[in-house]
Amino acid sequence: MASIEMKNIVKQYGDGFAAVNDVSLDIADGEFMILVGPSGSGKSTLLRMIVGLEDITSGDMMIGGKRVNDLAPRDRNLSMVFQNYALYPHMTVYENIAFPLRLSKTSDDEVRRRVTAASDVLELNDHLERKPANLSGGQRQRVAMGRAIVRQAEAFLFDEPLSNLDAKLRGQMRTEISRLQRRLGITTVYVTHDQTEAMTLGDRVCVLRKGKIQQVASPRELYEQPINLFVAGFIGSPPMNFLPATPEGDRLKTPFGDVRIDPARAGKLGGHDLLMVGIRPEYFEDASLVDEAKRHLGSTFRARVDVTEWLGDSQFAYIPYEAPEAITTQLRALSRELDAEELRTQAIVSIDSTSRIREGREAEFWLDSRKVHVFDPETGDNLTRDAEAGAELTRMATQDRVEQVQESQDRASADGHRMGGATAASA
Amino acid sequence: MTTRKKVLWGVGGALIVVYCLFPIAWIVSVSFKAPSDLANRSFLPTALTWENYRLILTGGASDLFLPALRNSFAICLIATAISCLLAMFAAYAIARLDFPGKKLILSTALVVAIFPVISIVTPLFNLWRQIGLYDTWPGLIIPYLSLTLPISIWTMSAFFREIPWELEQAAQVDGATTWQAFRRVIVPLAAPGVFTTAIIAFFIAWNDFIYGISLTSTEAARPVPAALGLFTGASQFEEPTGAISAAAVIVTIPVVVLVLLFQRRIVAGLTNGAVKG
Amino acid sequence: MSTTTLPPTKKTAPVSAPKGTTSDRARSERKLAWLLAGPAFLVMLLVTAYPILQATYESLFDYRLTDPDNRSFVGLGNYGVILSDPLWWQSIGITAFITAVTVLVELVLGFALALVMVKALRALRPILRAAILIPYAVITVVSAFAWQFAFDINSGFVNSWFTWLPGVAADTDWFGDRWTSLLVICLAEIWKTTPFISLLLLAGLAQVPEVLQEAAKVDGATRWQRMWRVTIPNMKAAIMVALLFRTLDAFRVFDTIFIMTNGANGTESVSFLAYRQTIARLEIGLGSAVSVLLFLAVVLIAFVFIKGFKVDLAQARGE
Repeated sequence: MASIEMKNIVKQYGDGFAAVNDVSLDIADGEFMILVGPSGSGKSTLLRMIVGLEDITSGDMMIGGKRVNDLAPRDRNLSMVFQNYALYPHMTVYENIAFPLRLSKTSDDEVRRRVTAASDVLELNDHLERKPANLSGGQRQRVAMGRAIVRQAEAFLFDEPLSNLDAKLRGQMRTEISRLQRRLGITTVYVTHDQTEAMTLGDRVCVLRKGKIQQVASPRELYEQPINLFVAGFIGSPPMNFLPATPEGDRLKTPFGDVRIDPARAGKLGGHDLLMVGIRPEYFEDASLVDEAKRHLGSTFRARVDVTEWLGDSQFAYIPYEAPEAITTQLRALSRELDAEELRTQAIVSIDSTSRIREGREAEFWLDSRKVHVFDPETGDNLTRDAEAGAELTRMATQDRVEQVQESQDRASADGHRMGGATAASA
Repeated sequence: MTTRKKVLWGVGGALIVVYCLFPIAWIVSVSFKAPSDLANRSFLPTALTWENYRLILTGGASDLFLPALRNSFAICLIATAISCLLAMFAAYAIARLDFPGKKLILSTALVVAIFPVISIVTPLFNLWRQIGLYDTWPGLIIPYLSLTLPISIWTMSAFFREIPWELEQAAQVDGATTWQAFRRVIVPLAAPGVFTTAIIAFFIAWNDFIYGISLTSTEAARPVPAALGLFTGASQFEEPTGAISAAAVIVTIPVVVLVLLFQRRIVAGLTNGAVKG
Repeated sequence: MSTTTLPPTKKTAPVSAPKGTTSDRARSERKLAWLLAGPAFLVMLLVTAYPILQATYESLFDYRLTDPDNRSFVGLGNYGVILSDPLWWQSIGITAFITAVTVLVELVLGFALALVMVKALRALRPILRAAILIPYAVITVVSAFAWQFAFDINSGFVNSWFTWLPGVAADTDWFGDRWTSLLVICLAEIWKTTPFISLLLLAGLAQVPEVLQEAAKVDGATRWQRMWRVTIPNMKAAIMVALLFRTLDAFRVFDTIFIMTNGANGTESVSFLAYRQTIARLEIGLGSAVSVLLFLAVVLIAFVFIKGFKVDLAQARGE
């Protein structure tokens, strides 16, 4: 187990293209770090540089305090789960899991003990003699995990490990990975482009864009205090709505009426003629269902609903709006960058599932103006971010992690021997 | 499928088997016919005789047939080995590395594969005589490469493209050296492709006739097909039909054994090379 | 084919080199690639390019091996001699005839075989596969002998089995006449090479997704319509590749003719003509000219196929 520190890491290709550009990131011992970003953001390249499959152009890569830039992958003692699992098709499941141990010339008894322990944890005991080609996607995924946990690696690296599974299995494996990481307390770097994985698994999430770090923070800080338009748009599903706005005193004029914001935040908006307001879908509500006590904290507006989607536990409404050219261009560029479909200028609004708002009719909505963020449409910066509050959220998350790791390790050593080799890996 | 359909397709299958094996059965039958039996115009011999086999293996025709058999085996195996070795390196480069000229090599192989053999034979016939390669093993091995090398390159590249090369990296992360990753992961995955290619290349070399009759003149290098083509009877008055059939059966045995053992691989190799190359 | 746990999309991309590696690395990779592929490439050039150039050169001389002192430069004279000789045109005609007949029959027959292989019970498939590979693997000379003996006037069973057919009698001499000889030659060629075509077509059939058949069924297509409008258009690439390879192969027909008739009764193919000029008559100049002309003919056929019929080998390879 070890911490991983990256100092000014650069990956530049021959044609001058920098896939990873000046990345500095500290991953604490035992921390679960997520690298997230759209395709081409350099997240996989960064992971491959940690494991040693990709040369580092400049900067320092430290694992456990030791500089590893020039070490071959086998000398870094990391284990990795590949996106396609990279199982050896000519070996049985048993031999696949045992492979790292065989390479380090572990004795047969020890190999058997550790492989059995790993296969117990991953429930692979019935499949040990089968070849990978005869396994289901989920089973293959677990074999790849088995190969990773079977030896005492300094850290686990995951390269989009769940992207080839169907939604249901993905959910199961996600909790499985989370449980395993907590139990082993091992430093983990996990690359994904999946929202849910990023938000649920990570202690901290590192958002990358075109090879540069945008923000490193706990999932909650990313969600509530995004640093810029990119992070705000990337984190959250359905995504945040961006509306054009013009400031007028402590009010913002938007297509959905005037939104009043508190003076402290309004003060930061000076000197801009055109702004972009970011409002998450759940900050809206069907006005008829809002508590009177809460009503004055936001503003109401009337709009025609284009489409509604009723999902049982929740309901979404789509409200089209007009926006000036400058804003639509910016939004189109953003959605392209986020690998999203070309968005029409419409707001996605989350309303209570009991709401009787119907498609094609006009309805009254309420908007919680306390939580909106205001962005500079040119630079994309979040003008209303409260750095202090954000840092506090991440501090809290770090504290939670330390406690959780402690607890689950206590539990693990309590029901002790069942874990066998896998606990040895955490020792 | 209904039972009737099943039966129909089954009958179709049986017809195919008959179609494929009938001429072989016939030549086997002829090879067991006594000379007196040959002209009776029936499919099966009236009495089985090993006489024809005796003639070519120990009898009068043996000094023609046995050296030819030895030549065929040696020349075909050497030509196959050389072309597989060369093709292995080339196919690795084509499947694994990124370089301009990949297309050039594959197209060249294609052009060589469709080259009329006789157009190569004519100048070689002359040249081999001048430099002393006429009627020698190397004199056949070299032109055989024009038959075996192109198909080896195509087939093997097709096989190598299917190898998940990412595994090499996975192995390195698992703690393998470059050599261990190659030896324990890549070699076991590549071996079936190399082996299949070798079988197909061997078939093609084994089948050669034009080089065999044009570039040899004695038992020193003459391969079996050429020897068969030039067979004459034990005496002037006897047709060599029986002896030829026996020899034909003997040279067919190795390919039939290979087909029976490795049919699945051979089909994969043939269609891979041509359709997917 | 080897089984892999990777999705097929990743296969062709070399994993180690994402686009635009450092120029140094790219250069060393290029160097390594040529170092590895170079020997094979060179050998292929040496065993084909050199001989054909040599043949082209020698075709410009009046040169007989039995009379080496009288070698003289005649320019394109040999070509003039050949192209004005009816024997050449006859051999071209014979070659074209054999090619057309065998390739057409093989295509139809091969398709039938492929269909049966697809439909046959799973348990039967290995047997069929092995059986179908046997004609492919048997030496052409052996196949030629088998068919020759079968039709032979003295030893063959054909004359006694098929006397009920009009034109077949106990004393029919199949090899005494040009067209009957050609018939037997074609039969032997068809038997030997149909399996190769059927295997290629089988691979092509396998590439037509079953769901298309189901969709066509739902759309109301009959069995026949499904075959012509769904199956065959979708395996066009495989058909064209099979056709190209077989046509070029058939155009070089030699072994069977040598064994069966030795070119008698006007059954000489172009390859056979070249062989007889060079090896048997030692007319190096004339023989070389025939070889060069044959080579040009093959190139022409390949060109017509690839440009005219738009056989895209890359597409057939699924790239």
